[in-house]
Amino acid sequence: MPVARLDDPHLKEAARNPKRTENIIAICLVVGILGLAGFGAAYWVNAAPWVIAGTIGVGLFFLGFGLTAWGKYLMPQGPFVEERHPLASTESERDAISAALVERTGVVVKRRKMLGGLFAGGAGIFGIVALFPLLRSLGPVPGNTLNVTNWKAGSLLVDSNGRPVHRDDLQPGGILTVFPAGYENSEEGQAIDQTVLIRYQDVSYTTQPGRESWGPAGYLAFSKLCTHLGCPVGLYEQQLELLVCPCHQSMFNVADGCVPEFGPAPRPLPQLALYIDSAGYLRAQGPYDQPVGPGFWERS
Amino acid sequence: MSSPEATTRTRRNADSGRPRTKREAKQALGPYGRVGKAINELDDRLGVARGGRVFLDKIFPDHWSFMLGEIALYSFVVLLATGVFLSFYFVPSTAQVIYHGVYKPLDGQKVSAAYASTVNISFSVRAGLLMRQMHHWAADIFVGSIVVHMARVFFTGAFRKPRETNWLIGSTLLILAILNGFIGYSLPDDLISGTGLRIGYSIILSIPFVGSYLASFLFGGNFPGNIIIPRFFILHVLILPAIIVLLLGAHLGLLVRQKHTQFPGKGRSEHNVVGSPMFPTFMAKTTGFLFMVAGGIALLGGFAQINPIWQFGPYQPDKISYAVQPDWYMGWLDGALRIMPSWEFTGFGHTWPLEVFIPAILFPGVVFGIAQMWPMIERKITNDDEMHNLLDRPRFRPKRTAFGAAFFAMLFVLFGASSTDVLANFFQISLNEVLWFFRIAVFVIPVIVGVFTWRICIEMQGVPTVGKRKRAVTISMTQDGGYVSETSDPRPGDGHVELDPTPVPVKIDIDLETVGAGGRGGRGGGGRGGGDDTTEEIGDGVREVAR
Repeated sequence: MPVARLDDPHLKEAARNPKRTENIIAICLVVGILGLAGFGAAYWVNAAPWVIAGTIGVGLFFLGFGLTAWGKYLMPQGPFVEERHPLASTESERDAISAALVERTGVVVKRRKMLGGLFAGGAGIFGIVALFPLLRSLGPVPGNTLNVTNWKAGSLLVDSNGRPVHRDDLQPGGILTVFPAGYENSEEGQAIDQTVLIRYQDVSYTTQPGRESWGPAGYLAFSKLCTHLGCPVGLYEQQLELLVCPCHQSMFNVADGCVPEFGPAPRPLPQLALYIDSAGYLRAQGPYDQPVGPGFWERS
Repeated sequence: MSSPEATTRTRRNADSGRPRTKREAKQALGPYGRVGKAINELDDRLGVARGGRVFLDKIFPDHWSFMLGEIALYSFVVLLATGVFLSFYFVPSTAQVIYHGVYKPLDGQKVSAAYASTVNISFSVRAGLLMRQMHHWAADIFVGSIVVHMARVFFTGAFRKPRETNWLIGSTLLILAILNGFIGYSLPDDLISGTGLRIGYSIILSIPFVGSYLASFLFGGNFPGNIIIPRFFILHVLILPAIIVLLLGAHLGLLVRQKHTQFPGKGRSEHNVVGSPMFPTFMAKTTGFLFMVAGGIALLGGFAQINPIWQFGPYQPDKISYAVQPDWYMGWLDGALRIMPSWEFTGFGHTWPLEVFIPAILFPGVVFGIAQMWPMIERKITNDDEMHNLLDRPRFRPKRTAFGAAFFAMLFVLFGASSTDVLANFFQISLNEVLWFFRIAVFVIPVIVGVFTWRICIEMQGVPTVGKRKRAVTISMTQDGGYVSETSDPRPGDGHVELDPTPVPVKIDIDLETVGAGGRGGRGGGGRGGGDDTTEEIGDGVREVAR
């Protein structure tokens, strides 16, 4: 029986005009060759990226297109058939392996129960103790690190260039990212201690009861770490007095102590109590009264 | 075409005496020349002839949807190739350096070595920008094609017995691909990926009991530390790719062992495979397709900008940019995080950050869990213990199809929810309205989609001509006032005529000009049957000779 006949009505158009198809495929392959040669030249002279990309892309694509078309239109398609031989073995072959497994292990385990138990115990212990060095040497236990920042009583507020912040630096409505002096260049300082300083108004302002002395001259300082996932709360919507986290759109109301008004953030941004020293520079009254940033199991 | 003498000669008597002429040397090699000699040498040592012949005849059923897995495979090849190139230039270190390179806007800035080297790859390494962008595009296409391939396997029931293991391997590959994509995305240490990394850190932190320990171990202390980039690098370039390659090998190995599934059709049954043979047809098509995928990715990499990290700037933990969005395959998780209510609970001296844990750990766990366990879940429901080699048409499995559609609808809604801010801005409506829309839509839309899909499947089952091209019906009035309706003749190509499948002939004639014309034999014909077979003899007659 022939693979195919040219007068077969089911034969595809392409297969009935093999010469024409062959010519088209040849053209594709030539375009592919030209493209790849062009890529070589473009790379050699360090042409613009899009020239390099265009040549290698066109070259590879047309070379592949030609080959695929050759396979699709000019090679035997069949349909050919292949029998599926059952994957399963015969019943007796199955029994043979099961019997060998069960009987041999049965003999071994029954006769030498203690040896088997000892080996299994040893392997089990190894499995457990192997985890200890793996986990323990990867990093330190968190300890108290998530609860504390570098803000201490008397910490001087500085900007990212290390310049202390004077009481006249910000106008009402002004905003600045500050760090405790000495930590403005450290990764830790930038990642954990970052605090957003907002001058809310001209006179001292109380965000919440019990924070009467925290905002001297209208300066309010909040942790810049979103309580949702720790993104910097980098946007200040001045008219609405909202701090906005660009990651998941949590919004914090500055006037009442950065209580979340919208979005997935669960807690207010912790406020840092400030005072103004005798030279007129802003300092922290003490550390944050709670851990900053997102929630975690040990946070109480 | 060789002479008749050559064909009667066997390998053994060709060994006697040294060949004197070129012609004799050629004859001494036997009827199949160097190829035959190489096969003999290999077979002496490895015994590859019998299995190799069966492998060449391996049948690949044809259907466009079987190409989706190939896209995944070949984009992975592109990933490996471009990744090797990038690894020669990338410096996986967070050590701070002052950038002095060709990109002037960054000149003199303090950046990490990882970031500086990524900018250098983009601007100073020849074809480096192309390789970077191809790598990123290939990763996006890799994950995308896995998802679509998986959907194909799901909706056609190709995961059923005996292929449950391969579904499990495949869905594990998807998880690994997403994970490695996120890790690779984090490596350049730019402002956006660094923010993503911080989100990742905080998500780990949210796990009850062990979160802070896991995060501290992984990052070598508090965020950001200076160890995460080197650690991610080795995960990204060695450990995860090695696991992916191993699982991919197992995936393809099982595919060969269990053979392809196929759609029902003429001559197709549970006990055979109908299609075109491995060699040369499928090999030509798939090799060409590898080149096409690579070429397509190269064009994307050259003409569609992706991840321009020099515009984002280096990561500084206290800086952030607008429109922080991850790669597309993380979008559904980002959307889930956005629409989750702020349910954080404190009790017994501990904090339960459920507003993070539920959408970012529990929810993807459930999604991937259902995905991985689906073959077992469906078996539990249907009690179907039969072997299935023929595929389902999705309309004939309305419940499964409806469930799958609803599942994808939910993921699509969540993907949309990852752009709440962009949508609110675009439609000039309040963020709150957009948020509540998605909170409701994530539950309602999957139900609507599921019910509709189920209904459409049922309707389609009742239409006998579904999937076939409609024929024109001519209604004409007869002279006595009656009406006659007449269906027009099928146009060429209308009727989807299927041929009877035949066994792969020993000799596949690929020179179509000779087909039916008689006379000349095909390629390699000279050595076998005397050199002047007509094509009519191809097939069973020749098979007998070969045996």
